[in-house]
Amino acid sequence: MSSFMNWLDARFPASKMWKEHLSEYYAPKNFNFWYFFGSLALLVLVLQIVTGIFLTMNYKPDADLAFASVEYIMRDVQWGWLIRYMHSTGASAFFVVVYLHMFRGLIYGSYKQPRELVWIFGMLIYLTLMAEAFMGYLLPWGQMSYWGAQVIISLFGAIPVVGEQLALWIRGDFVVADATLNRFFAFHVIALPLVLLGLVVAHIIALHEVGSNNPDGVEIKKNKDANGKPVDGIPFHPYYTVKDIVGVVVFLFIFALVLFYAPEGGGWFLEKDNFVPADPLKTPEHIVPLWYFTPFYAILRAVPDKLMGVLAMGGAIVFLFLLPWLDRSPVRSIRYRGPYFKIALVLFIISFLALGYLGTQPATAIYTMAARVFSVIYFAFFIFMPIYTKLDKDKPVPERVTNQ
Amino acid sequence: MSQSIDTGKRRFLTAAASVVGGAGAAAVAVPFVSSMLPSAKAEAAGAPVEVDISKLESGQLLTVEWRGKPVWIFRRSPEALANLETLDDSLRDPNSQVASQQPEYCQNDTRSIRDELMVLVGICTHLGCSPTYRPDLAPADLGADWKGGFFCPCHGSRFDLAGRVFQGVPAPINLQVPPYHFQGDNLVVVGEDAQGAA
Amino acid sequence: MKSLVIACFFALFSLQAMAASGGVHLDQVEIDITDQASLQRGAKTFVNYCLSCHEASFMRYNRMAKDLGLTDDQVKENLMFASDKIGDTMTVAMRPEDAEKWFGVTPPDLSVIARARGTDWLYTYLRTFYLDESRPMGTNNVAFKDVGMPHVLWEQQGYLAKNDNGELVQATEGQMSQHQYNVMIHDLVNFLAYISEPSKLERMALAKWVLLYLFIFFLVAYPLKKAFWKDVH
Repeated sequence: MSSFMNWLDARFPASKMWKEHLSEYYAPKNFNFWYFFGSLALLVLVLQIVTGIFLTMNYKPDADLAFASVEYIMRDVQWGWLIRYMHSTGASAFFVVVYLHMFRGLIYGSYKQPRELVWIFGMLIYLTLMAEAFMGYLLPWGQMSYWGAQVIISLFGAIPVVGEQLALWIRGDFVVADATLNRFFAFHVIALPLVLLGLVVAHIIALHEVGSNNPDGVEIKKNKDANGKPVDGIPFHPYYTVKDIVGVVVFLFIFALVLFYAPEGGGWFLEKDNFVPADPLKTPEHIVPLWYFTPFYAILRAVPDKLMGVLAMGGAIVFLFLLPWLDRSPVRSIRYRGPYFKIALVLFIISFLALGYLGTQPATAIYTMAARVFSVIYFAFFIFMPIYTKLDKDKPVPERVTNQ
Repeated sequence: MSQSIDTGKRRFLTAAASVVGGAGAAAVAVPFVSSMLPSAKAEAAGAPVEVDISKLESGQLLTVEWRGKPVWIFRRSPEALANLETLDDSLRDPNSQVASQQPEYCQNDTRSIRDELMVLVGICTHLGCSPTYRPDLAPADLGADWKGGFFCPCHGSRFDLAGRVFQGVPAPINLQVPPYHFQGDNLVVVGEDAQGAA
Repeated sequence: MKSLVIACFFALFSLQAMAASGGVHLDQVEIDITDQASLQRGAKTFVNYCLSCHEASFMRYNRMAKDLGLTDDQVKENLMFASDKIGDTMTVAMRPEDAEKWFGVTPPDLSVIARARGTDWLYTYLRTFYLDESRPMGTNNVAFKDVGMPHVLWEQQGYLAKNDNGELVQATEGQMSQHQYNVMIHDLVNFLAYISEPSKLERMALAKWVLLYLFIFFLVAYPLKKAFWKDVH
């Protein structure tokens, strides 16, 4: 075995990569619950790709055949129902995990120097994931698939001068049609997964280049022992591989609970209207985007002007990219931040959740007013951040990681 | 606590976790691998085909589709049956010893359940073309010794009226006899053995 | 600060209450797709009354046989009319153009209707047809206003009508009592729930084994983690 490794290592940096990224990658020893979600995101990505491949074996990307092919998978393909539910539950699980992963970044300042690029790659992954999910949702060709796509693509029409042409180019037809389905299939099955994989690799490489953050926001590389290893660090393998396995098992337990007992997610993971084949002549009463898009959908609808609404929705995501530069506090972790940032973050989370809820409801007068209020809070979090983070009364940051 | 007990515990638990995890991985692989087996739709489409032979005359051949393949059903005359025995020396496998090419109840002189009624999968065992039915005796293109059979136009393979392959042709083995059985006098069910007795 | 957070949550909940719409009151029905007797009765109703206009083109007869505890021959004799083979799906002979002409709309395929509309809605729908002269078929429906479908089961239920208060009362008696009719509809909706997801039987059977396995895995994985982390302080 060792002679094989010698042969291999002379031609490929196998052992070098193993050491650099696993057995001698020193990660802080104080990772807590919030640090499970990165590895879980990777797990769900693999799950989606594998189940996706097997779904593609039987799915037909044709407007006349798509809906029936999904029922074919659910009924006639051996174990097709299980593969389908893994994929649909996995899609929602992906966003739960990714949102919690991003939340960790917010509370521990993982986006701050020198990890800005890790954050940027992460945000690009988030954007790509949203596009991937959006395109994937058209594929079952149900009523919600069809009309959700129709609404969102028509938003592009709001762009002045080029809007209508752009929407036409995206659809490949005058309304969402077979042409749209085919190209969304191509994007969903191969183009975006490749982009996603590339971005995930870049995300991890960028992280390993500077080393992981931790719940105390302390830079562990500042304190090294006689061998040059961080005193507060432990090799990722075996410590975090073994810990992440526990995380995976617990995650899979919850995942299995949902998949086997409530795959429809109460109508949130598999929407009722999507069991009706797409009908271009009949719009459903309530068109609701998938639950993970609803905060941004609420912001879109809160603004009375179509173009401004699109810009606001886009802006809501663009501001997230700018986080490393908006935050002027030298302190990373919320454990040592002053009250202004803590209040701002709580308000931000509340408004994000509230907007998420409002995005699922019809746009009545009261709900629209509420959405406007929460949108203002959402944007205020970012716009005033350079000010309140500078003025904040931060606590002193310890030299070494703590046991909290 | 001495170091050695710790390492022993670690090794044991690692082994245990590997076994449990491995079992899970194998179990999870089953649905994925099985999903590639024929679906219920394919099974339904590949279901046995019932053929009415009441109007089938001697020497007449009809073709049905079973599992996407052409299946010939034809009635052999007494002369044709008599001729079968005389061909043994010019055949590659006169006694149907290649087991894959017929059900065991057709491993006989006529390669059939009933003498006169023959069922064959109409795909040449060389490269998959469908041979032509040549029941005529001694035609110009097939020579004076031709006692009736099948001629494959693609590469010239020849088979007799029991689907047995001649020597000196590209095809290596006899034409395949599919599973089949009779329901009453006039119904052939292609694709299924008789229930119970052979 | 804390009161601000609490105020926000209260505002959210009261908004929900204010914006909640009336909608149609739906009667609840209990679904049990392991009740083979109920499914068999429901299948009989479905095949005899619904299948002439509505397809269930994703449901295969041979699978239905297996899940309902019937032999292939029993299904062929009692539940199959148009189709010949046990491996076929439940399709109908009526052409969409004819249906459009007669009913104004093609009767929808009912394969997944229980997932699209919900079983409570179906149970309510099938029991709330009432006489309405303004409609071409002479009937309307409480759950589905101005529906194009006639009251197919009028012989069993009789006819209901709206009284002056807008409540439904029995106008003409049917062959069944109200209770008998409710049971028949319960069985039919149970059957519709089954055909909308036959694999649910498999899903529910497998669930506990997967969860048990994962629990066992946890019993090994957690001590493994602790064994390694003992030397991390």
